[in-house]
Order: sequence, then C-alpha cells, then structure tokens
Amino acid sequence: MTDIERHPYDVVVIGAGGAGLRAAIEAREQGKRTAIVCKSLFGKAHTVMAEGGAAAAMGNVNPKDNWQVHFRDTMRGGKFLNHWRMAELHAKEAPDRVWELETYGALFDRTKDGKISQRNFGGHEYPRLAHVGDRTGLELIRTLQQKIVSLQQEDLALHGDAEAYLKVFAECTITTLTKDGDRISGAFGYWRESGSFILFETPAVVLATGGIGKSYKVTSNSWEYSGDGHALALRAGATLVNMEFIQFHPTGMVWPPSVKGILVTESVRGDGGVLRNSEGKRFMFEYIPAVFKAQYATSEEEADRWYADPDNNKRPPELLPRDEVARAINSEVKAGRGSPAGGVFLDVSTRLPAEEIRRRLPSMYHQFKELADVDITAEPMEVGPTCHYVMGGVEVDPDTAAAKVPGLFAAGEVAGGMHGSNRLGGNSLSDLLVFGRRAGAAAAAYVDAIGPDRPPIAEDQVAAATTEALAPLTGVAGENPYTVQSDLQQTMNDLVGIIRREHEIVEALGKLETFKERAKRVTAEGDRPFNPGWHVALDLRNLLLISECVAKAALERTESRGGHTREDYPKMDPVWRQENLICSVDGDQVTITHQPLPVMPTELLSLFEKEELSKYMTTDELSTLDTTAGEGGRP
Amino acid sequence: MTYKAEFRVWRSAGANTSDGALVDYTVEVNEGEVVLDIIHRLQATQAGDLAVRWNCKAGKCGSCSAEVNGKPRLLCMTRMSTFGEDEVITVTPLRAFPVIRDLVTDVSYNYTKARQIPAFTPPAGVAPGEYRMQQIDVERSQEFRKCIECFLCQNTCHVVRDHEENKPAFAGPRFFIRAAELDMHPLDAREDRKDFAQREQGMGMCNITKCCTEVCPEHIKITDNAIIPMKERVVDTKYDPLVWLGSKIFRRS
Ligand SMILES: Cc1cc2nc3c(=O)[nH]c(=O)nc-3n(C[C@H](O)[C@H](O)[C@H](O)COP(=O)(O)OP(=O)(O)OC[C@H]3O[C@@H](n4cnc5c(N)ncnc54)[C@H](O)[C@@H]3O)c2cc1C
Ligand code: SF4
Ligand code: SF4
Ligand code: FES
Repeated sequence: MTDIERHPYDVVVIGAGGAGLRAAIEAREQGKRTAIVCKSLFGKAHTVMAEGGAAAAMGNVNPKDNWQVHFRDTMRGGKFLNHWRMAELHAKEAPDRVWELETYGALFDRTKDGKISQRNFGGHEYPRLAHVGDRTGLELIRTLQQKIVSLQQEDLALHGDAEAYLKVFAECTITTLTKDGDRISGAFGYWRESGSFILFETPAVVLATGGIGKSYKVTSNSWEYSGDGHALALRAGATLVNMEFIQFHPTGMVWPPSVKGILVTESVRGDGGVLRNSEGKRFMFEYIPAVFKAQYATSEEEADRWYADPDNNKRPPELLPRDEVARAINSEVKAGRGSPAGGVFLDVSTRLPAEEIRRRLPSMYHQFKELADVDITAEPMEVGPTCHYVMGGVEVDPDTAAAKVPGLFAAGEVAGGMHGSNRLGGNSLSDLLVFGRRAGAAAAAYVDAIGPDRPPIAEDQVAAATTEALAPLTGVAGENPYTVQSDLQQTMNDLVGIIRREHEIVEALGKLETFKERAKRVTAEGDRPFNPGWHVALDLRNLLLISECVAKAALERTESRGGHTREDYPKMDPVWRQENLICSVDGDQVTITHQPLPVMPTELLSLFEKEELSKYMTTDELSTLDTTAGEGGRP
Repeated sequence: MTYKAEFRVWRSAGANTSDGALVDYTVEVNEGEVVLDIIHRLQATQAGDLAVRWNCKAGKCGSCSAEVNGKPRLLCMTRMSTFGEDEVITVTPLRAFPVIRDLVTDVSYNYTKARQIPAFTPPAGVAPGEYRMQQIDVERSQEFRKCIECFLCQNTCHVVRDHEENKPAFAGPRFFIRAAELDMHPLDAREDRKDFAQREQGMGMCNITKCCTEVCPEHIKITDNAIIPMKERVVDTKYDPLVWLGSKIFRRS
C-alpha cells in the first residue's frame, strides 16, 4: 500500500459544516493537530443553506426567555423522547456559543438597543432565533471558516506554517474507519480530484457528516447527504438511535418539478405568512392537537393579534411544530383542497408590505423570482412537505459526544438523541455549536488520556478498504449507479415517507434487499479523477444501509410520534415514550433492539405542569412522579 | 413543454477523449428546468463521469459556477427558458482558473487570498455577549457578507482573467469586499484595512470597470459600495506624508 498518502493527526474531524468546524476549532485550541475532511469545497457544507436562524435563549427580545423555557420547548417539540441531558446542555450553552460567534466577527441582525435580534419560530415560546435575514447558515459557516483562517494565521506567525495545527482536506471523502481492536485507529478515503487514496492515522475521529436526505426523492438536502457518517459509525461498531424519526419540513417548493423539495424557510410563517387551501381557508386552525391546545390561538383574530402583542394572545397554529404542519398539509392535499401543483398556498404578500418582505426574506424573494417566476410580494407561494432532517443518529454520551466505540465522537445532524422525535426549527444550528465544541474538547481529552499509546493501523483493513472503493470501477458493464440510487429514493419516498403503513414498509424492505444486490454489481464508466458516477456508486452503500435502518425502525415502532406517523397506529403511546430503538449492524444485517429512555431527573420534570406530563406519560410513571416530585408544577 | 436541446460541454482528456474538447449532446429539457438539471440528466443518462460541482441547487452555496455561452453563471440559477429552443448551449469551466476536469476548476487561488487578509480583530475589553451595534451600522458590512464565494467576480475581473502573472499581487473583488466588510465592521479593532488593501491586496490594479458587480449573483455592489469607498479613503491617506512615512518605516522594521 505504498501508493497511499498517509497523514498522522491527533484528531480528524469528518465534516466541515457548523458542527465539524466548531469541533476542529476546539480541538486546535486545546493544542491538538487537527484535520478537517469534507466532500465539498471548504465553506460549502450543508450548513450554508440554513436560513431561519440559531435558537438560543438570550432573552434579547423577550426578557422572560431563559434556558428552562427553551429546554421545555425542545422537549415538547420532540414529544418527550429527547435525551433530557442533551436538551439541557443545549438550552444552557446555546447563548454562549452564539455570543462567541460575535467575537469571531459574525454580524447578526440587531435589536433597537444594539443586541442580537431574535425571531419567532415554530414551537419556540418566545422570539429566540438569532438570525441574519434568511441566510443565517451562511453567516454561521463563513464566521467559523474565517475563525479557522485566523487560527491558521496565528500558526503561521508562531510556527512558520499556517497548516501546522489545522488543515482542511477539501473534496476528500472518507469511506472507511479503521480500528485497532475495538478502538479507532484511522480514516481511509479518496481525493475527489485525483481519485487517489488517503489514510489518516489518528486515534480520534469526530463525525460531523450531517444527514441522510438523499435517501428520499423529494428533499431539501444536497448530494452530500448520503448518510456517510451514520454508516461509518455503524460499520465501526457504534449504534444509531431514533432512526425512524425523519423530519419532513412542511414547506418545500413544489413547482417547477426540477426544484421540488427546495426549502421555503419557516421564517415566512414566523414573520406573518399564513397557509391556505384551495378554498382560501386558513386550515391550520383545524389541526391543533390536544397536547398543544393550550398554547395556540383558535381564531384568526387572536392569531393575528399575537404578532404585535404576544404576551396577551396565543400564537397562530401555522407555527405549530413541523410534524404537525406537514401532516396537515398532507391531509389537505389528500382531501382535494390542494394547489394546482399539489401543495397548498403560503401567503405573505397580503400580510406584509412588499418592501418589508424583501428586507426580511431576501433570499426567498430571490429564490421564487428566479426559479419559479413567482413574486412573493404580490402572490402566494405553492408549498408542500419535503424531507429535511434526520432526528436519528449516532448514539452518544451527552456530555462528551462520545459514541460507543473508543475514539469515535459525533456531533451535529449525524448525532442522535438531542431532538427526540422532532426537531424544532433553529435548534440545529445551536446544536452544531454546543455539541461541536463538546466533541472537539472530548476528542482532545481522549488523545491526552491515551498518551503515547497510539493505535497502530492494521494494513489488511487498508487493503480491504482499497479493494472495496475500487470495485465500481473494476466491474464490467454492470448497472448504472444513478438508476439504483433513483429507484431507492423513489421507494423511500413512496413507502417510508411522511405517512407510513405496515405493509408498505415491509414492501420497502423487500425492495431494499433487491437494491442491495443490484448495488453490488453497479459499475461506473470512466476513470478515477473527479468521477461523479464512481462517487455515487460509493455513496450508494451508505444510503442503502441507512435506509434499511430507517425502514426497520419505522416498522418496529407501532405508534405515531413526531417525525414518525403510522396510519395503522395513529396515536401516541406513553409506553413507547419509554423506549428507544437502537440500530446496529452485524455483517450486512441491521438489527433493532429496544432500550429504555434515560429518565429525566425531578428538577427538570418539575419544569412542566403535571397535567402536561400526563399527556405523555404512563400511569405508572405518573404515580412515581407523585412520590418523587412532590408538588410538581413550575418552580 | 418538453423538447430536445443541443448542448456543447467541455470535456477534459480522460477515458473517452484523448484531448480536452467540446462535446455535443442532444438532451431532453422539461418545463422550469435550469442548466444544472440538464447537466445532471447528461450524467444520469449519457455521461456518468461528467464532472461538475454543486450542492444547494438554490443559489446559496456558490459551488456550481461555470460559463454558459461564455458568460460566468451559476448553473443552478440559469433557467433554460432564457434560451431559445433551437439555441446551442455551450457550457465551459471558469476561464480564470486551471481546469481539474470537465466543468470543475481549481479555485485554490481564492483560498490562498482569503488567508492573507488579517482576520477580524475583536475589540479589547468587550466580553462576549456585550457586543452592541446598531442595525444601520452593521448593514453595510452585511451586504458583503451575503457573498456565497462563487468566485464569478474573480473569474470575470480582467486583471486576472487572462493574466496569470497578476495573480500573486492581486486579491480580486471577492477579497476587496472582505477588506471593506472588516473596514466597515463597527467593532473591528484594526485601523489599517484600507491601507492594507492598497498595499498588500493590489487594489490599485483595479480600474473600476464594474464587471465584477455585473456578474455577482448576490447583487452585491462590489465596485460602488466596497472598492470605490476603499480607494477614496486610501487616496486621502496616500497623500498624507505622515501616514506615508509611517507605513514606510513600519515596512522596514
Ligand atoms: C435548506 C435548509 C435550511 C435549514 N435551515 C435551518 C435553520 O434555519 N435553522 C437550523 O437550526 N437548522 C436549519 N437546517 C438544518 C441544519 O442546516 C443542518 O442540520 C445542519 O447545518 C447540519 O450541520 P452539520 O454540521 O451537522 O453538517 P453539514 O453542514 O451538513 O456538513 C456535513 C459535512 O460533512 C461532510 N461529509 C459528509 N460525508 C463525508 C464523508 N464521507 N467524508 C468526508 N466528509 C463528509 C460534508 O462534505 C460536509 O462538509 C436547515 C437545513 C436545510 C437543508
Ligand atoms: S471593478 Fe476592479 S475588481 Fe471589479 S472587475 Fe473591474 S478591475 Fe476587477
Ligand atoms: S462577491 Fe458576488 S460574485 Fe464575488 S464571490 Fe461573492 S457572491 Fe460571487
Ligand atoms: S448549487 Fe449552490 S449555488 Fe448552484
């Protein structure tokens, strides 16, 4: 294996989105030689597309906001399936992580008194999202990118080499993690540009690879989202949690067909946009579920008053958590009350002056004008659900982001647990910062702890990884990888989509088996340098493995909760709330096991009214609650 | 609405061609599609190894830059309806950067230039969370922070487009707006941004042709709002003998 370039590092971060960059900054600040590896150019990761904002209870707009309220909203949004400790850390640390960005040079929109402005978003009790117009993700990634540059400038001054402690390996894809016994020893991949192989020799790997949206046909996600990190973790012996929970964002573009799925930010609704069906009716009032009756307005008048006077009015139902809104749109379309292109109408044109729309939602204005010929200041948009985010991911320790495998850490969308069964808008960007930092710190601490006992590379693993990576190029006249990929996407969309039924999931699992067989025989035309057909063929293995996890977990969970809706089991079941489904692989076979959810400590439980908890918990749990929590209720 | 379009796409030397060449393809086009959709259709049906960069498909990431009929464009934001059905559409890589393969170019020049600008310098004694700025004061810099780093402006600027030899001394419009952004940042602690732009970034080579502004997909007024204000103030200081002397002495030490 002499033709493989090798790089020794202390910490290798896979992924250059918000989570990866924040992790790398932390590892470097702790003095570790750190590599950042990413499939695209530096600064192009998915985080760049985030629009609405980053949720942090800074209380700049409504001083009543604090971490406890944010924690409560997050748990409610996730239907109490979240790992309580992650939700707690997230709510407590998000403000510091956002403020820190200002010291790196970020320029958020401001309040009148010069603080960071915060906007309303679905499921958040108070205006909470720090934002820059509707391009917050761009600001976040550029800020972190520039912070990395500034650290490199320091290293240049100090060591004469800008890349001495922090180097970005862009357009480089990791396909395999190597191990020494049960611990991580390295990461193997290829350069997209040349197609040649590269091996990182490292005791610590931080996965920050984002999501899995490319397993679905209609998605807001880019080609990068093929579940690589999820699959790498599984194959390395780690576990995934909550994989049945996929967030379908209620508002994706539906026309023209080639942009179907591209996101329409929730800020449109946060800033006053309303949803109407073909009869012109604001239908969301019909869809307020019992658990949320207390927090949402029941009349248009009250809902409209809320924008100006949120203290004395309840919020509009357009701002219910995403799963509720997505299901409602789905039902309206099914009932024949959809828009011409098969969505519903989202209208902000009758709600705000044109000038204001252009100022607050510039990139949405731009996007509709250029891609659909629609002027959103003058007419409504047509929107429908799109696969957007995976709540499930690598099972990690909340405080250290450590996976089950020593030396493996995961943060950001690739990690599971934080968002339970449904993520609130804005909680991802803050999650990236909070847990990215924690993962970087914990990886650094791990490296310190192992000291000189560095794991050696097992050469047979490298050889196997090489053979595996070259397979699509060496086969003869096999199937086109693009065809298998698109059949897979169609299957997941149709059979394991927003509304699920047992027989359909079973059918999907059957098809997945045939796709697996077909995938073994795909061949890519052409040679190694920058060959997208080859790259698709390699991603396919990951997509297939992850799709199987999603389908198997979806079949197992016989209830409906958050991003998992079973038509044959339409109710939320308190018994299921105590259960996590854990995926692991053995060879090529995905296994699902049940695992009890960690129990929330009393001081956090006491943040909720007992009446609210009774909607989620079993009678048994509620009775123990009585003896341990005493009074219950708010502090 | 569906029709067959004639595409000519630059293909590098590789498995199928021995030399780089424009290759003709006839390919289906449907209503509402953009040039990137057609490139993807070519990949999926006729040219599996056709190299192109893209991510967001919504004009947000700046990955899909190339030239369509000789004009620098984002492939994902160039609608097919802007061309006649019988028009031959030629897609080529960015001209100012070395081609890696097909439509993919080596844009590392830009990352090198980015690293040469002194980073944001936080104000001394202001704790995180204590930053206070007025919206009106941040807006000027925010305009420049809309930049998606598509590098179309860099590709267009005649100072480097056909003049490789100017690259070492010239940072280019994308990084003039970065300099302007930091200069106008209400809390950046450095005072020498304009001077630096003139001295180290080669802003003097810009003769304000505005070509960069014209191609910017984010509609950033690169020349009017960044370069001209930066130049004006540099001109002031350049003729101030004390500052002039100061910078000379500083450079020698
Ligand atoms: C259109 C859109 C709008 C959104 N808006 C919001 C919002 O307003 N607020 C909010 O909180 N959230 C939002 N989200 C969600 C949020 O943006 C993402 O969840 C988040 O950015 C994920 O960040 P990350 O750091 O986990 O990964 P990403 O930013 O996705 O980065 C993943 C990185 O991993 C790399 N990678 C992947 N696989 C490999 C591999 N095999 N080898 C090497 N590198 C690899 C990729 O190249 C990339 O650099 C939005 C998402 C979308 C799609
Ligand atoms: S205005 Fe200056 S920077 Fe812009 S294209 Fe012309 S010469 Fe280049
Ligand atoms: S300034 Fe405009 S053209 Fe130049 S890189 Fe940025 S977005 Fe692209
Ligand atoms: S693909 Fe992101 S700008 Fe074109």
